[in-house]
Amino acid sequence: MNLRRDVFQAIADPTRRAILLLLTSQSMTAGAIASNFDTARPTVSKHLQILTECELLKQEQSGREIHYHLNPQKMKEIAAFIEPFRKMWDERFNKLETIMKQYKSK
Amino acid sequence: MERKTKVNAQDGKQDLTITREFDLPVELLFKAHAEPEIIEQVMTNPYTTAKLLKFEAKKHGSYQLESSDAQGKVVFSANGTIHEFKPNKKIIRTFEMENTPFGVQLEVYEFEALSDNSSKLNMHVIYESAAQRDEVLKLPFAQGISMAHDRLQEIVSKLK
Repeated sequence: MNLRRDVFQAIADPTRRAILLLLTSQSMTAGAIASNFDTARPTVSKHLQILTECELLKQEQSGREIHYHLNPQKMKEIAAFIEPFRKMWDERFNKLETIMKQYKSK
Repeated sequence: MERKTKVNAQDGKQDLTITREFDLPVELLFKAHAEPEIIEQVMTNPYTTAKLLKFEAKKHGSYQLESSDAQGKVVFSANGTIHEFKPNKKIIRTFEMENTPFGVQLEVYEFEALSDNSSKLNMHVIYESAAQRDEVLKLPFAQGISMAHDRLQEIVSKLK
């Protein structure tokens, strides 16, 4: 259950989604990933750590370097894809509720 | 934070359910699905403005929705027909996103009063196939990625 929530957290962040996108075509080192972002290197490392902890990314030692690659098994879990869909509806319904509450008080 | 909206999509099935409870009388919840101006408001977001080109809230009726960006360019259009329209109870309609490979989906909306001031919406959405349902499910995820990617490119191009 804890793990499930971690996956949701992982993909809730746009930078982490962008990291996943970067890694769809190739595995990369932390440095190479960070060079694609305007954010500080430690921030990117933190994102990588979160993605690794919830098993969306796997680390692979090659010589002195660590490469990150996608864990396709975890990515395939539909639960990970449902959360943005659920969030989209949740936001739409929140808005509906707010609009109708104002409507009611008119 | 409490998850008010629930999505249930079982693996390998071609349908899903969306349920949500509202702090609203069922009449107002239904009204939000029946009045064109309110539908437009709900469907409008910071990036796009929604407009209903056509909306016939009755059996055999149909609707057409268009969303435009700040420059007035149409970025999203959808249409469907209404099969059932029972005030405060039920709407059955089809929904099709135009110029996309996502096909047509059948949507059953059931409105339920929980108390004088609260209500529940049960949505049952049926797709043409399980694969098509999964594509639609992934859409907001993919859009999130593409938006993040666009922002990235924006930032990178500023650096150059």
